Amino acid sequence: MAESYRRSHWGHGLFVLPYLTVFAALLVFPLFWSVWLSLHKVDLFGSGRFVGLTNYARVLADPVFLQALRNTVVFVALSVPTLVALGLFCALALNRTTRATSFLRGLFFSSSVLSVATVTLIWRFVFIPGDGLIPMIFGQLGLQPINFLSTAGWSLLSIGVATVWWCLGLPMMLFLAALQQIPADLYEAAALDNASRWRMLTRITLPSIARTVMLVTIIQIVMQFQLFGQAQLMTNGGPSGTSRPLVMYIYEVGFVRWDVGKGAAASELLFLIILCAAMVQYIVSNRKAEG
Amino acid sequence: MSASIEIANVTKRYGTLSVLDDISLSIKPGEFVVFLGPSGCGKSTLLRMIAGLEDVTQGTIAVGDQRIDTLPPGKRGVAMVFQSYALYPHMTVAQNMSFGLENIKVPKKEIVRRVRFAAETLEIAHLLDRKPQKLSGGQRQRVAIGRAIVKEPKAFLFDEPLSNLDAALRGRTRLELAQLHTRLGSTMIFVTHDQVEAMTLADRIVVMHNRKIEQIGTPIAIYRRPATRFVAGFVGSPAMNFIPVRNISQNGNGASIDTAGLGTLDAAFRLPAAFSSEGATLGIRAEDISVLPAGQPGIPLIVEVVERLGDRTLVYGRLSDGTRLTAEADGRSEASASDRLEIALDTSAIHLFGADGVAHHADGG
Ligand SMILES: Nc1ncnc2c1ncn2[C@@H]1O[C@H](COP(=O)(O)OP(=O)(O)O)[C@@H](O)[C@H]1O
Ligand SMILES: [Mg+2]
Repeated sequence: MAESYRRSHWGHGLFVLPYLTVFAALLVFPLFWSVWLSLHKVDLFGSGRFVGLTNYARVLADPVFLQALRNTVVFVALSVPTLVALGLFCALALNRTTRATSFLRGLFFSSSVLSVATVTLIWRFVFIPGDGLIPMIFGQLGLQPINFLSTAGWSLLSIGVATVWWCLGLPMMLFLAALQQIPADLYEAAALDNASRWRMLTRITLPSIARTVMLVTIIQIVMQFQLFGQAQLMTNGGPSGTSRPLVMYIYEVGFVRWDVGKGAAASELLFLIILCAAMVQYIVSNRKAEG
Repeated sequence: MSASIEIANVTKRYGTLSVLDDISLSIKPGEFVVFLGPSGCGKSTLLRMIAGLEDVTQGTIAVGDQRIDTLPPGKRGVAMVFQSYALYPHMTVAQNMSFGLENIKVPKKEIVRRVRFAAETLEIAHLLDRKPQKLSGGQRQRVAIGRAIVKEPKAFLFDEPLSNLDAALRGRTRLELAQLHTRLGSTMIFVTHDQVEAMTLADRIVVMHNRKIEQIGTPIAIYRRPATRFVAGFVGSPAMNFIPVRNISQNGNGASIDTAGLGTLDAAFRLPAAFSSEGATLGIRAEDISVLPAGQPGIPLIVEVVERLGDRTLVYGRLSDGTRLTAEADGRSEASASDRLEIALDTSAIHLFGADGVAHHADGG
C-alpha cells in the first residue's frame, strides 16, 4: 500500500494546474518579459531594437537611481529591524489570553487592513505643519516645530514611522503563532529550574522561534524594498528626492517618462537586490542556528 | 537528603469547579508514595501543587519542617519529571542537566561532578553532547530523570513518567526506578493510573477518586483489605466480582449472607450493628474462586469466555440468576465457552460493601 501511495502519477499534477496557470501568467511570464524589455530600446511608440546592457548602464549611471537606491536601503535598514523587534515585543507582551490582550491584538492588527491611502491620510494629519498632531504638541511645549514631511532626513523617517504602524500586525501575528507552539511545560520545567524571566527568554523562547524570526525578517525585507504608496502620497519623494524609493523611480522612468527599457532594467536590478538581501539573511541566520 | 512531606487540608478549585477536596496526607522521609486513580481524579493537580505549578486554594503543604505552598517552584527543593519529559529542545543533554544548577550559581566544578554522577547512574554518559530530538523515548526519559537527580532535591515528583514508553521498556524502567529509589533513598511521589506500576513501586499507595483520597496503605493492604468498593474494583486484574446481597443474618461467630447467584454463604464477619443489607454488595476476587473437578457438587457457572494466560486460565461466566462472575482455573483447564462448571468460594476472602461503599472483610474489621 505504501508503495502505491508513494508512486506518483502525472495526472495528479492536474490538481495544481489552475494555480500554475495563474502563477505562470502573472509572475513567470512578466518576469521574462521584463528581462526582454530591459535589453531593448522601448518607448511609447513600441518596442525597438536590441541594445544589450545599455539600459542597465544608463540606470547605474543615473544619480537619481543611486539616490533612490540609497534611500531604499536606509529605509529597509531602519524599518525592518524595527518591525521585527517591535512585533516580537508586542507578541511577547500579548501572549496571554485575557480580554485586554485579545482587544489589543485586534487593535494592533487592525491597521494592517487599512489601504495605503487611509494610512497616509492618518499620518498626514499627524505630521502636517500647522494643524498636525505633532506640530501642535511641539507648539504646546514651546518648541520650534519641524516640518517633518518636507525636511530632508525627516521625510523618509516619517514614512518609516507610518510604515511600521501600518505593517506591524503581520509580524506580531506570526510571532504570536510561533510563541503558542512552544509547549507550556518547558516553562514549568524552567520555573522548577529557578530560571529568571531573562533566561527563559534567551534560552527557551528565542531559540524556539528562531525560524519565525528569520521568516518574518525575509518577508519584511522583500516587502519594504517595494516601498511606494506611502512615499508617493506622503512626500511625493521630496524634498529634492531624499525620500524617493526605488519603486517610485521605476514608476517615474517607466510610466511618466515612458522610458520602458530603462524602467525594466531598474526593476530587474531591484529584483536582484531583494533576492540577494533575502538570501544573505537566510544564509546568515541558518549559520547562526547551526553554529 | 530526603524530607518528609506534609499535606494538610488541601483544597483545589478552578473557579467554581472543585477538583480536590480537603486532602490530608503525610509522607515519611525516603518513602516511595504512589498516587493512583482514574484519569481526571486530580492526581496531577495534587502533584503540581506540591511542585508549585498550581496554587493551593486552601490548606498547607510542608516539606521537611518548612511550609512551601507560598514559595515559588524553584525554591521548594523538589524536582519534577514530566510525562512529556519537557526537555529543553535547544540544549544538549549536559546543558539540560546543568541549566537548573547554573541558575542558582552552583560552582562549575560541582556542576560537572553532579552531571557526571547522574549520567553514570543512568548510563547516559555517552549521550551528553546530543540534543533531545536525537534521542529515543527511553533515553529522553533518563535525561529527564537525570535533570532531577543533579538538583539533589528533598523530594522527587514523577507525573506518569512511564506512560510514553512501550511495554517492554516500561517494565525495565520500572525496575530501574525502584533501584534508583533504593540507591538515593530520596522521598519520591509517583503519579500513575496504572495499578501494576503502583503495586510494584510503592511503599504506600494513595488511591484517589472523585476529589478525595479513598485509601492510603501498603500495596498488599490495598489489595487484600480495600477500604471501599471503589478501591476494590479499581485495584486488581481481573476486577473483583461484585454480587448483590439479598439478606444478611448475623449469628454468634459470623454472618450468613444470602445471594441470588451464589446461594447462602457463611463467613466470619463481625459487622457493625447498624450494617444494613439494603444495597449491600458481596465482593470476591477471581483467584479466590476455584473450579471444582468434574462430578464434585458446587455452585453452577455457565462459561461465556475463556482466557488462557498460560500459568492460569480466567473463566468469565454467568451464575444461575444471570450475574456475571470471573473465576480462576489452573493453566491446564479445558473449560470452553457454554460449558457448565461447578465452582467453590474461599469464604475467608469475601468482602462486604455497604450501600455507602465502605468495606468489611471476612477476616475481621
Ligand atoms: N486549568 C484547569 N482548569 C479547569 N479544570 C482543570 C484544570 N486543570 C485540570 N482541571 C480539571 O481537574 C481535574 C483533575 O485533573 P488532573 O489533576 O489532571 O487529573 P489526573 O492527573 O488525575 O488525570 C480534571 O477533571 C480536569 O478537567
Ligand atoms: Mg495527570
